[in-house]
Order: sequence, then C-alpha cells, then structure tokens
Amino acid sequence: MTARIGVVTFPGSLDDRDTRRAIRIAGAEPVALWHKDKDLKQVDAVVLCGGFSYGDYLRAGAIARFSPVMEPLVEQAKAGLPVLGICNGFQILTEAHLLPGAMLGNDHLHFICRDQKLRVENAETSWTADYRAGQEIHIPLKNMDGRYVADAYTLDKLEAEGRVAFRYLDFNPNGSLNDIAGITNEAGNVVGLMPHPEHAVEPLIGTGRTDGLPFFTSILKKLVGA
Amino acid sequence: MSRTPLDTVEHAAATPDVELPWAELGLKKDEYERVVEILGRRPTGAELAMYSVMWSEHCSYKSSKVHLRQFGEKAPQSDALLVGIGENAGVVDVGQGYAVTFKVESHNHPSYVEPYQGAATGVGGIVRDIIAMGARPVAVVDPLRFGAADHPDTKRVLPGVVAGIGGYGNCLGLPNIGGEVVFDACYQGNPLVNAGAIGVMRHEDIHLAKASGAGNKVILYGARTGGDGIGGASILASETFDDAKPSKRPAVQVGDPFQEKLLIECTLEAFREKLVVGIQDLGAAGLSCATSELASNGSGGMRVTLDDVPLRDSTLSPEEILMSESQERMCAVVEPDKVDRFLEICEKWDVIATVIGEVTDGDRLEIFWHGEKIVDVNPRTVAHEGPVYERPYARPEWQDALQADDANKLSRPETGEELKAQVLKLVGSPNQASKKWITSQYDHFVQGNTVLAQPEDSGMIRVDEETGLGVAIATDGNGRYAKLDPYTGAQLALAEAYRNVATTGAKPLAVSDCLNFGSPEDPAVMWQFAEAVRGLADGCLQLGTPVTGGNVSLYNQTGEAAIHPTPVVAVLGVIDDVARRTPVAFQEEGQLIYLLGDTREEFGGSAWSQVIHDHLGGLPPQVDLERERLLAEILISASRDGMIDSAHDLSDGGLVQAVVESALLGGKGARLVVPDGLDAFTFLFSESAGRAIVAVPRSEEVRFNDMCGARGLPATRIGVVDGDAVEVQGEFSLPLAELREAHEGTIPALLA
Repeated sequence: MTARIGVVTFPGSLDDRDTRRAIRIAGAEPVALWHKDKDLKQVDAVVLCGGFSYGDYLRAGAIARFSPVMEPLVEQAKAGLPVLGICNGFQILTEAHLLPGAMLGNDHLHFICRDQKLRVENAETSWTADYRAGQEIHIPLKNMDGRYVADAYTLDKLEAEGRVAFRYLDFNPNGSLNDIAGITNEAGNVVGLMPHPEHAVEPLIGTGRTDGLPFFTSILKKLVGA
Repeated sequence: MSRTPLDTVEHAAATPDVELPWAELGLKKDEYERVVEILGRRPTGAELAMYSVMWSEHCSYKSSKVHLRQFGEKAPQSDALLVGIGENAGVVDVGQGYAVTFKVESHNHPSYVEPYQGAATGVGGIVRDIIAMGARPVAVVDPLRFGAADHPDTKRVLPGVVAGIGGYGNCLGLPNIGGEVVFDACYQGNPLVNAGAIGVMRHEDIHLAKASGAGNKVILYGARTGGDGIGGASILASETFDDAKPSKRPAVQVGDPFQEKLLIECTLEAFREKLVVGIQDLGAAGLSCATSELASNGSGGMRVTLDDVPLRDSTLSPEEILMSESQERMCAVVEPDKVDRFLEICEKWDVIATVIGEVTDGDRLEIFWHGEKIVDVNPRTVAHEGPVYERPYARPEWQDALQADDANKLSRPETGEELKAQVLKLVGSPNQASKKWITSQYDHFVQGNTVLAQPEDSGMIRVDEETGLGVAIATDGNGRYAKLDPYTGAQLALAEAYRNVATTGAKPLAVSDCLNFGSPEDPAVMWQFAEAVRGLADGCLQLGTPVTGGNVSLYNQTGEAAIHPTPVVAVLGVIDDVARRTPVAFQEEGQLIYLLGDTREEFGGSAWSQVIHDHLGGLPPQVDLERERLLAEILISASRDGMIDSAHDLSDGGLVQAVVESALLGGKGARLVVPDGLDAFTFLFSESAGRAIVAVPRSEEVRFNDMCGARGLPATRIGVVDGDAVEVQGEFSLPLAELREAHEGTIPALLA
C-alpha cells in the first residue's frame, strides 16, 4: 500500500508530467487530476505544479484559483489534506488564500533560471520532514513572478511562528522579502515554494542533484508511515 | 484592395482589364503575367493574395532552389533518415523505435522591427513545425547574432529578443538547451534570430502535411484569425529595409504562447487517438499556405468556405483572411466519422476548432466567400510551381584583396605579460564572454529530461527514462570565416557543430541549416550563397550526415551593406545512454589534459584577430573532414568506455578559450605546458579545426593513449587540472577569480 498523490493539470501547467515522475521516483503513486473536475479522486495529497496557468495573463495564479478543482481542494486543505504548491502552484495557493502573502514580478524584471541555494528553515511540515532544520540544499529556480511580499504584520507572524519554510541563501534571485523562498500554513499541511524540487530528483538530469527528492519522500512517509 | 463588388472568379473572368496591386503585394511584373497565364484570366483579389505570398522568396525559395537541390543530389546514404527535405521538418531514426524531428528557421526581419514579438513568434513557428510532424516538442535552441555589443541599438534589440524567446519558450514548457550569441557590426541593421526545435515521437506517429481522401474534413483550430502579420512573408521577409518606406510593424505577428501550449497538448491528444489524416501548421502565408500545401501534397482538391474561419476582427476582407499570419493556428484533415471526437478534444483544451472545408475529388482548390467562388486554382501552381530563378552570381572583386590581407602577419604578443593581457582581453570580449546573463532567462529544466544545456558543447535531452537513450544538438556558424571563404566557412560551421555533438559523447546523425545571407539580387551575395551551399552539401556527403531540412533567409541587408554570409548549421546526434555524456567542466584535480588534433598557425577570421586587431582578412582555418570524423569517433569511444571525464571542442578563441571555460565551469584551474614544436602564442590562440581538449583520469592514460595511437589521432599531453589559476608554464598565471570577473562581467555590464 502506497500513497496516492494527485497532480493537477491546469491549462498552461508545464511541470505536471515532471511532478508525476518525481512522485513515482519517491515510491508513491501519481494521480493525474484535471482542472475542470470537481473531484480529487480520493488522493492522499495534492501537488499544484509549476507552469503558466492561463498564461499568467491576469496575475500569476489568479485565474486558476477559480478552476472547479480548487473547490474541493481548498475545502480539504483546510481540513488537513497535504498540499504542495510549486512555483505557479505557490502563486495559486496565495491567490486561493491557503497561504498568506502574494507574488510580484522579479525585481530585475527578467525571467530567471538558476541552481538556487536554499536553507531549510522548517523541517516539520508534511513536505519537509526528511530534511534537517538548517540544512542547505540546491534546488532549480525558474520564474518570472517570484518576489514574495506580505505586509509587515504577516511577515512578523510568519517569522515568529516558524512558518518560513525555505530561505534563499547567498543570492536573493527576485527581491523576495526576508529572502523567503517558501512558506507553510499554520498546520504544516500546506506548503508553497518558488524553486522546483521536482527538477532535482535524479542524478544526471538538470543540475544533477537530488536535493528535491525529500519533499516527496517526506509526504510518502507521513502518509504510509516509514 | 477593392472590396465592392466582390471579386469573384466569374467577375475576374468578365473584367480582364481591372488593374490589381500586384507590385504592392511584392510580385514582379513577369511573375504576375505568369499567374495570368496559369489561370487563363486575371486572378481575383483573393487569388492574387495567395500567389503573392506563396511565391515570395520566403515561401517559394525561388532564388535559392536551384542551389538547394544539391542537398538532395549529394545526400549521403543514411539509414537514419525517415523523412527528408520538403516536409515541415526532417525526421531521423534514433533507435529503440524512436524518431526525432528537428529544424532551424529564421525570424530575422520581424525581430529587428519588433524584437520581443519577432523572436517570440519565431519560437512559436518552429515549434508548430515540430508538432505538425506528429512529435512532442522537447527542446529549443536559439542561434542569435546582433550588431556591435556596445552599439545603442543592440541594447534595444537584444534584450527584447531574449525576453521574447524566453517569454514564449518558457511559457510553452520547452527547455532551451543551446544556441549561440554572436556580436558583429555587420548585423547592426539585420540581427539574425534563428530558432531551432527538436521533437520526439514513435516511428508510427509520423504525420505528414497532405490532404487525402475525398470527403475528409478540413478543420482549422487554434487562435482566431486577425489582421496581424498580413503579408509578413512577402513584404517583410523578402525585401531589404529602406528608411523611406512606412513602418512595417503591422506586418509583425503577435504571439500567445498560452494558446500554443494548448495547441500542443490538444494536437498530441488527437494524434494519440489516431484522428488525423494530414496536418499543417499556419505560419508564413497563413491559410494560403496551409490550404494550398495540404491540397497540393494530397491526392485530390479542396473546397474551403472562408466565412467559417473564426475571426478576431469581423471587418477582415477575404484577401486579408487568406494572407493573415495570426499565430497559434493549425489545420487538420480528419475523416468525417472522427470529426466529433476531434472537436471534443479541442473543446476539452478550450481550443476553438471549426470545420472550414473538405477534401474533394479533382485537382482544384476552391475557396468560397458569401456563397461565391473567389478562388479556383490548381494548388500545385500556388504551392510548388512558383517561379525559379537562376540568379547571376560572381565572385566579388574584393575577395582576393580580403584573402591577401593575411591575419598571420598581424603583430603578436612577445612576452608572457603581453600574452596574459591578451588572454584576459579575449575571454572578456563580448563574443567570447559568458552568455549566462542571456541564457539564465531561459528555462533549462522543464520536462525533467535535460542532461546538458548551454554553455555545454551541445544540448542533450533524455528520450527514454528506462534505457537512457538521448539526443544531442549543437548549432554553429561563423560569419567571419564564411566571409573569407564561403565554401570553407560553411564546412567549418558543419565541422564545429559535428564536433560539438561528439565532444558530449553523442554520435552525429543528421543536419538542419539556416542560411542567412544578403540580397540575392546582388551577384556577390549570390556567389557567397552558392559557395556555402556547395560547401555544406559536399561536407554533409563526406561526413555521412544528410541535410533533413532547413530554411533560407535572404535580404539580410540594409542598403548596399549585406551581412557576413552566415550559414548556421545544426547537427543532431544520438547517445545510447545519457549516463555516459561528457561535460565541459573539469571534474577532478590531477586529471591530465590532452590536446587532440593538429595545431597550425591559423588566425584568419579568428577571435584573436578581431579582439586584438579588429581585423578580418586572410583565409579561414583548413577543413579536414576525415580528421573530424576520426576525432568524433575517438571522443565517442572515450566517453562510452569511461576514458575521459570532460571534453571541450576548440573553435573561436582557440585553446586558451576552451581551457578557461572548462576551468571556470568546474571551478578548477589548469597548469599547461607549451608542447614541443609550438610557440606559446600559436598554442593558445590558433583556431585550427579538428581539435578538442579532454581531461583523462590518470588510471586511463595508457588506454587512452593507446587508442589514439592505434587510430592515428595526434594526442598531446599539455597539462594537468590543478589549482585555482590557469597557468602557462614560463609565461603567465591568471587566477580563476580574475578570469571569472573578465569572462562573466562583460555581458551584464553592457546589457543589464
């Protein structure tokens, strides 16, 4: 018995197949979910993957957030369903108010693709338990709208509650406040980050590192027990 | 164009004396007269629109055709070639039941007029060519050439082009894995924006652009048709720029990558369910091209109701609808009982799809508007029987003087200090500097199959997750070499791309090309073109790599000043297991650096002559394709058998450029010794072809040497991977930090 992890495809999703591959490599069963279905197919967890849903034409994630699939997803996430939002998925989670804050265009106004160094700040969420707090990892980053912003009150609260899950190290690639790369909700079941762990799961491919694999093994262990 | 009364076929036959604006649409007088002769009457406005775009240089290859034939006539025997020249893109067998399609195209003129959209739609167009073959696109590459790096207009054009390529390609989810960025004043008013794409499919999934089976439906799907890009192929791509003419911006198309992403997924889903008989993308010449080519390649005719084309602008005339180059549209031929399912799939992806016509018996392409016939032509005469020109060509008078101006006679550095200063200047010059600022605006990782991406010698993509089968692609071109000798220059471009594929461990299989030249109406340019094509065809024959397709871009010329002749060559290769790929970066200290091949005093067209002396003259490096083939075999064997841990081809900038790049990428220095028989300057800066450097683990040295010795490839031990500087014994030492600052600082300082 393994965990079934859903990956939603919105129009314009790009990393859905890659994310399903990462889930498979971690040993879980990927389940394709379609944005027009109000049905999560009884999966044990969901990943909202990267891409440019609806072309990001209005504001990244702003239209996808109204897709039919988001209705059960928001409801179940609030009840504890583990949800990971990667890049565009993170943007959708903030638009859906499952995570606080918002993402603006990168401060340098360019798309940026790089092997990004991060520090794991919170290793207690559903998606990060296989890391150590303070661990330094490299995960590919690629985005146009990755500048995390929130009001001072929210930022203080995130910091005070240890809800900044990942921070950029050495170089802030987009002007995110407090070097924030990823955050979690209070319960730790919903996590969003801009870098792409699904692109760091195989040696040889991409940057050749596998620093992203623990995201997927973390959730698997949580769901089926180690 | 007059729209009242409607210019029907009947009306045209009855009014032979009506003057049509054939010249404004880019046709020459004799070309127009041929149209009249073919039809036996004057064309209708709609027919004129179709002929004018389809007979444009861009679509008909009328000036280049007589030369391009050599690619077929001299094609080497190759079991790998599944689909050759003439289709949307060539298809190559890469083994294990997989086929790969790839092609390079130009979008030069639009990218100068409107850099962002010009470059973006260039990516969009080449990707649709790949989809139309039945393949899933898996990667793109972008060979780019701009004016002088410090020219103010370069700062307008380059950032727009790069953002456009990124904006479109990133949004499609295609990793950008290779290409080039070259600066030269000759491209000031005519930047070259070439775009290449690769797609992967199973053999049985290959699709072709033909409409067969009377009664089958013609479905137009994708974006609505608008007024953008009207006459793009004829007006924009087939004439030189002239300040006196009005702005050509309206002829540039506007891209919507989101729509194209939906088009990819929806098309692939229709392919999977075997719903498609024939397919064609709408690019240059839009519906005129798609309908006439589909019909011409098929067995019968076609009837199209133009009123059914979904429009973005309801005021468009039928002529404009036929000429519009609105992006993100495709045309599929589908059997009647499969139409419903096809439309359902389009609906699932929110893609607009409309039946606009059907395949008919007979050989006529008939197009109707408001119930009246406005086009009645034999589609072959539109698509395939356009004019063919034997343009006069002649070796320019200045060629001798240019070749006599020998770069080997330029003053050379004499001391270690002078060498050091010139190395630093070279690796920090715009052409030799790191292009990271540009390539970091492209997604390299999406799809999760990228094994190598720029600045590696070739991009490499895994095709099969189980077996590790992969493909590699490299694009190269050197306009400076080609200016000195177009025949040799084209072969050097081929040799370099071939070598770049082999240095990563892949076996070169096939070629696509993008031939960028000035005006074909200038005999000197036409001679450059003829020589380059001859050189490339001869070279491909000798290397056993057939040309599978490509693109010609002429009229890259402002006034009298043509660009350097710039044949860009893409070589596709295959590797059995991507785990055996060889990277550029030095991997481990202590490994031995070997120079493979012969080094001669060859500085004509070199980066050194450009950077240090601002000079272009003499002869380009000699080409020895048998040597290239041997070098490639050694590199592939060494990679497969684990004898080398890194490899880098030697080309512009010579050995020192390659060593600095391998050192900076690996974060490990090198200690070099000038080998016997060479002086330090020639050793460092010569651009002799057929060479590479490799890093050999000490445990493999004997085996590696034995292999090179047995096969007769000169292999010279020139140093060791070591320390944090590039040191040439007895001459100079340059710390990596200083090299990095010079190499990586240039482009951001100029453009950021």
